[in-house]
Amino acid sequence: MSAARRALPLIALAALAVLPALAGKFYVELVAKIMIMAVFAMSLDLLVGVTGLVSLGHAAFFGLASYVPVLAAPDKYSATSLWTSLPLAVAASALLALAIGSLALRTRGVYFIMVTLAFSQMVYFVFHDTKIAGGSDGTYLYVKPVASIGSWTPLDLGNATHFYYAMLALLVLTFAVLRLLLASRFGHALRGIRSNEQRMRALGFNTYAYKLAAFTIAGAIAGLAGYFAAVQFGFVNPEMVSWHQSANVLLMVILGGLGNLFGAIVGAFALVLAQDFFSSLTKHWLVLMGGFVILVVMLLPGGLVGVERAWLHWRRRRG
Amino acid sequence: MAETMLAASDLTRRFGGLTAVDRVSIGLERDAIHALIGPNGAGKSTLINLLAGELQPSAGSISFRGEPVPAGRPERMAHLGIGRTFQRSNVFPEFTSFENCRLAAQARTPRPWAVFEPALKCRQCNEAAERSLATVGLDARRGVLASALSHGERRALEIAMCLAADPCVLLLDEPLAGMGTEESQRVLQLLRELRRERAILLVEHDMDAVFAVADVITVMADGAVLASGPPDAVRGDSAVRQAYLGEAL
Amino acid sequence: MDLSIFLIQVLNSVQYGLLLFLVASGLTLIFGIMGVINLAHGSFYMLGAYAAFTLSSLTGNLFSAIAIGIVLAVVFGYLLEWIFFNFLYQRDHLQQVLLTYGLILVFEDLRSIVVGDDVHGVPVPAALSASIPLGSTMSYPVYNLFISAACLVVAVLLFVLLRRTRLGMMIRAGASNREMVRSLGIDIHLLFRVVFAIGVALAAFAGMVSAPASSVYPGMGNQVLIICFVVVVIGGIGSVPGALVAALLVGFIDTFGKVFLPDYSGMLVYLLMAVILIWRPEGLFRESAV
Repeated sequence: MSAARRALPLIALAALAVLPALAGKFYVELVAKIMIMAVFAMSLDLLVGVTGLVSLGHAAFFGLASYVPVLAAPDKYSATSLWTSLPLAVAASALLALAIGSLALRTRGVYFIMVTLAFSQMVYFVFHDTKIAGGSDGTYLYVKPVASIGSWTPLDLGNATHFYYAMLALLVLTFAVLRLLLASRFGHALRGIRSNEQRMRALGFNTYAYKLAAFTIAGAIAGLAGYFAAVQFGFVNPEMVSWHQSANVLLMVILGGLGNLFGAIVGAFALVLAQDFFSSLTKHWLVLMGGFVILVVMLLPGGLVGVERAWLHWRRRRG
Repeated sequence: MAETMLAASDLTRRFGGLTAVDRVSIGLERDAIHALIGPNGAGKSTLINLLAGELQPSAGSISFRGEPVPAGRPERMAHLGIGRTFQRSNVFPEFTSFENCRLAAQARTPRPWAVFEPALKCRQCNEAAERSLATVGLDARRGVLASALSHGERRALEIAMCLAADPCVLLLDEPLAGMGTEESQRVLQLLRELRRERAILLVEHDMDAVFAVADVITVMADGAVLASGPPDAVRGDSAVRQAYLGEAL
Repeated sequence: MDLSIFLIQVLNSVQYGLLLFLVASGLTLIFGIMGVINLAHGSFYMLGAYAAFTLSSLTGNLFSAIAIGIVLAVVFGYLLEWIFFNFLYQRDHLQQVLLTYGLILVFEDLRSIVVGDDVHGVPVPAALSASIPLGSTMSYPVYNLFISAACLVVAVLLFVLLRRTRLGMMIRAGASNREMVRSLGIDIHLLFRVVFAIGVALAAFAGMVSAPASSVYPGMGNQVLIICFVVVVIGGIGSVPGALVAALLVGFIDTFGKVFLPDYSGMLVYLLMAVILIWRPEGLFRESAV
């Protein structure tokens, strides 16, 4: 890997770090939103790109956590504490992932895809049909969670710049933790499962347990993203759990390139920017979006990041 | 008296109306190479899959060192120390030969799921991978992707992966298939060395190889055991000659 | 519960179940035979409904609209397979999911451009607009009975096709062993195209025939799609009998669920799926019991 290529992520990080000083509030908020989606996408990449589990229901964990700031508040106008409601949200998502995963992972291949979709629909209907948090209308988050310890408030989540840097920290932290995970024996086992699950079992790995662990971790991280998405947007509704949300994040992952986390981040940026662009062109931007999706999947099987990986792959094959 | 490492008793497996394995009893003893021969469709691969835990038996039982073993859980069998190779090379195509073996070795570490230690630094895994690659003569090809290996090299990698996990029972499904003479000889010599301390089940079609290396031979046909015993006894068995060996001997 | 109300719910369950069966059978065949997961399948249902609306306004007659619609659907399915789905067979499931999802977006917007986003009603043909009295106070629309009858006829035709014709034999063989069919010299591409066209026609027909009874609206395809996925999972991929049993099961659970547990009815179907999964992870009728 050339020095220039190695430097690319660092340059990007530096650019992200200085953005708030250079750009207006609109862009600061947009990029913060993209960074949240990047965390969401990385969590799905752990499942799809690393372990080979194509989940079409990942929004369930994102959406459930997004409801927590609203549900955890004692009343509409009181703030929750970040330090209690965030762990609660992540724990809720992790538990839901454990529950759904334990059942869904009994299936394979296309059954698994359909089953994850169906379970997330179930969660969708819980929020849509019942009166929880406003039912299908959704509800506003009137007061953002407070991040104070005693009388010291290190950051104000309502301040766009504070929130931006918090999200940048979240992105970097999540990336670092996931990289550690991927380099570990656990991570290597997950990649082995994607490559040849039958062989992994024959070697002695209890693949169900590994897959369930990955599914739960991915759900927890998705919850992390969902929580902050709600905090930023200030409004939650069942669409946060819809299958369009699941398909959206799946698109980000494949657009960017599977399996190496950078792809997820690149994909999140590319997709959100593409959506913004297309929707500004015409009311009927879905057709453009659909065409875009089709083109990308057909022409770039390795995603945007994949062009370089394909080259590395070819080099390795030469021995 | 040699210890029976892995034994099957009246093992049966049916697929709908077809009885692929019919009340087969077989015992794999330590320090012995037990060859399994028979025409295509005799049920040899099915038997290996049953012994390895890939398939659930329709009837009968399997025991390891005298203790009964739960059926249909290949990871359990691997944990007991039963290693196997597949008839059609079943490796990790996107990993290098070395990485293939390292993953195989990782399975037998006390915490294969360890989260905080980089896999690359696992000394036990790395050493086991080095050793197994060297044993089958693939150390020069350690950095090559498994998908780029030749057919014979991939068969060798199959064996190396099996060895990297340091099994005490080896179930080998046609390991020599597609190998050249030189490579085959090397593998046979390897098997003779591995035989010490281990029990080996060898399914093969190459009769010269089988008779050169086996201590016990079991002949299967149509899912059932036709004969079983030392090579000379089997060679002389008239039912076997009639059904299978014909004039080849 | 009043007997006549009970009867009405039973009839509703059967109607819903049979409609689901038509759509799901196409989905399960396409997956079972071609190994392609097609998220856009619900769009065919939606397109069928909008076609019924457009054509019946043009011809003034629902029956002729349906007849024309079926022909259009078969042609459309044939062409779509040829132009687009052909490329999906080599791809892995993830790519198929995303490509067909892209297709949904394209269909939604094309429909939006051509016909608009309004919710429409399709008039019930005069001949079928009566209601049959049930008990002293209730009555049941004849058209709804017609829907069930029409679906039943199509279902029977489908079974006859699969069990008694050469084409059906090839389809069933293809469902259990694609490679074998190829090596027998059967033109697998033609077979795929035909199966796909049949699948599209079934879904479109369901949309057309049910349009007068329910409204024609933009999101209808997606709703149906996910329920059909559940039906296919419960019934077993590739199994048409499985799809029938599962569709009827879903029809009953959903309809009676709405009566007894209105707040939770949306979830019941998925709960059913979860229960079945615990018991039989590959569906009731396993694979390829076509």
